[in-house]
Amino acid sequence: MNKDNKCCCGNQVNAMAQMDEILAKYAEVHGALIPVLQAAQNAYGYLSKEIIQYTAEKMNIPISQIYGVVTFYSQFHLNPRGKNIIRVCQGTACHVRGAKAILQAIEDNLKITAGKTTQDLNFTLETVACIGACGLAPVLMINDDTHGRLTPEAIPGILAKYS
Amino acid sequence: MEMVTITIDGQQVQVPKTSTVLEAARSVGVNIPTLCYHPELRPEGACRVCVVEVKGARSLVASCIYPVNEGMEVKTNTPDVREARKTVVELLLANHPQECLSCQRNLNCELQTMASDLGIREIPYQGAKKNHPLDAGNPSLVRDQNKCILCGRCIRACSEVQGVHVYSFANRGFDTTVVPAFGQGLHEVACTFCGQCSSVCPTGAIVEKDDTAAVWKALSDPTKHVVVQTAPATRVALGEALGMKPGSIVTGKMVAALRHLGFDRVFDTDFTADLTILEEGNEFLERLQHGGVLPMITSCSPGWVNFIELKYPELLPHLSTAKSPQQMFGALVKTYYAEKAGIDAKDIVSVSIMPCTAKKAEAVREEMKSSGYQDVDYVLTTRELGRMIREAGIDFDGIEKEEYDAPLGIATGAGVIFGATGGVMEAALRTVAEVVTGKELPSIEFTSVRGLTGIKEAVIPVGDLKVKVAVAHTLANARIMLEKIKAGEADYHFIEVMACPGGCIGGGGQPISTCEGFRQKRIDAIYECDQGSALRKSHDNPAVKELYDTWLIKPLGEKSHHLLHTHYHPQNRI
Repeated sequence: MNKDNKCCCGNQVNAMAQMDEILAKYAEVHGALIPVLQAAQNAYGYLSKEIIQYTAEKMNIPISQIYGVVTFYSQFHLNPRGKNIIRVCQGTACHVRGAKAILQAIEDNLKITAGKTTQDLNFTLETVACIGACGLAPVLMINDDTHGRLTPEAIPGILAKYS
Repeated sequence: MEMVTITIDGQQVQVPKTSTVLEAARSVGVNIPTLCYHPELRPEGACRVCVVEVKGARSLVASCIYPVNEGMEVKTNTPDVREARKTVVELLLANHPQECLSCQRNLNCELQTMASDLGIREIPYQGAKKNHPLDAGNPSLVRDQNKCILCGRCIRACSEVQGVHVYSFANRGFDTTVVPAFGQGLHEVACTFCGQCSSVCPTGAIVEKDDTAAVWKALSDPTKHVVVQTAPATRVALGEALGMKPGSIVTGKMVAALRHLGFDRVFDTDFTADLTILEEGNEFLERLQHGGVLPMITSCSPGWVNFIELKYPELLPHLSTAKSPQQMFGALVKTYYAEKAGIDAKDIVSVSIMPCTAKKAEAVREEMKSSGYQDVDYVLTTRELGRMIREAGIDFDGIEKEEYDAPLGIATGAGVIFGATGGVMEAALRTVAEVVTGKELPSIEFTSVRGLTGIKEAVIPVGDLKVKVAVAHTLANARIMLEKIKAGEADYHFIEVMACPGGCIGGGGQPISTCEGFRQKRIDAIYECDQGSALRKSHDNPAVKELYDTWLIKPLGEKSHHLLHTHYHPQNRI
């Protein structure tokens, strides 16, 4: 999106229309920065520089402060996220049962490291401390699906379902 | 004021109910060490170096944020307290670069002093080190995040004092940093380069860009004629960089030291401060008489000029077109002075000593080449000059005073008061009032525009007209002024704005002080310089008169327009 609000196909669009709606909803709420950012991230997938700048301007909050908030909470993302979010559990039980090898297998398969997104924006790979399914260790989640009792060999098949 | 009685180290004291334990202790001469605390900023209680024992409290408390209450018993020097403080500092040192010997803040670092005061002889914790790249993409300031102890003083100075909000804490845990938005460099964000962050940084994490090497090189080049100008505020602060008390007036010693360093001519920015008054004063009268944009606002402070260009570009027509004294000086040195002295301008190296970090950025602005060369080649802060004097081994205490060179070293008291908030306004009034009425003023001291109040207002009769003026210092106060103008509520004729608290005497390039009342002491010294001057009105400056008679012809004339005035443009940094 460029400054004239034209997308790559050349059509005039208002990229911030959704943002305006969100901001209007919270216009009267004091201390609404975090809910606004959450809603913005839900709408746009991640918090781009443009969105943060726009929010700063409209809410009259210094952009540096918003950047501070966004980087403090791990729920906020400054870069585009994949269509599918993989969360590989690294908790104690999973660790004991080979979580490292599972993570390695995914990294090898997708050719990205933990915390990164594939170039085709299909997968984002994250690690989590525990997802509370120790009985299924080693375990991972893709979006809202849980996959347990994993082996490195099972990984390609699971990922293929989301490709 | 409601008072409470508390006991500090066995000593009963009465203190205001609103005090913190730290304030109470300092008021009775008990010195509690601090790092993140700064007397001019809101206390944050982040570093925990100021912990003390309070009877009945569950644990040690941070005295900088802990309020006093009736009957409180405080102990500031117990084995537990000393141990805790030591551990805090040891932990800070665990990931601090051990580069003190080659750090710009060596011997002038609060962390170093703290480690020394607490008797730390080894660092028991070997933590991971940070590895952030240096932010050196701008002409004024250098940030080294690896030396940052996360005290947050720069964040508070930038937001509370200046209202600019460049910095914030980002990330968390060990990865926490203090950065501009998106971790960008200062040149990429809406930084004015005022340098107030460098004035409050306790370590070497934010320092002025050091240009001394280039100046040493010019000084040792026999083919170069190196001239220097010294800003008004430097003469009342340089002493502090060389071990003297705040408010020491060192004009003559500074001139002598500069000659010792090898400068071929030592001139005074006060000369072009006088010239600024004639140009800007006449511009003001011109606007007043011919329906120009009012209020007119001064343009001497480059941090302020950056601020309005960044944040309020629609108000730029209010800025006086007069260049700052530094830049007027630069333009004249390579034209008027070069002609007069018979020296080719290409062989002149023009150096300025400034209380200011933004002046470094001003000197390299594209417009500042009206002599055909870069008008001011190098800008050194007062701090850098202090370092050069020490490096040269000059006995500053013992050096005999000397006088500035003529003609660009001849100045009046009106020029020198440019260094304090309200000074430009007062200097302008001294001249404008006499030019308009043609009569000598009975009193030339306009005390209503003096002092450390954030915004000062006065109505001054000039002939038949009552001139309404305002004076603002700090960018937060400047913003209030601009909002008033935008809202159509500012019926002023003339406004002076200085970016830094107290004016240039509190500039971001001045010696770093946490001394109580240092601003007022420097201001008092400035007015003492004014009172001691034989001439105290810019239009009485004989060297300025000669400049007009023989060369410029008249204020706002063609040559003035070309050399002494400039234009501004909006800056697009977020």
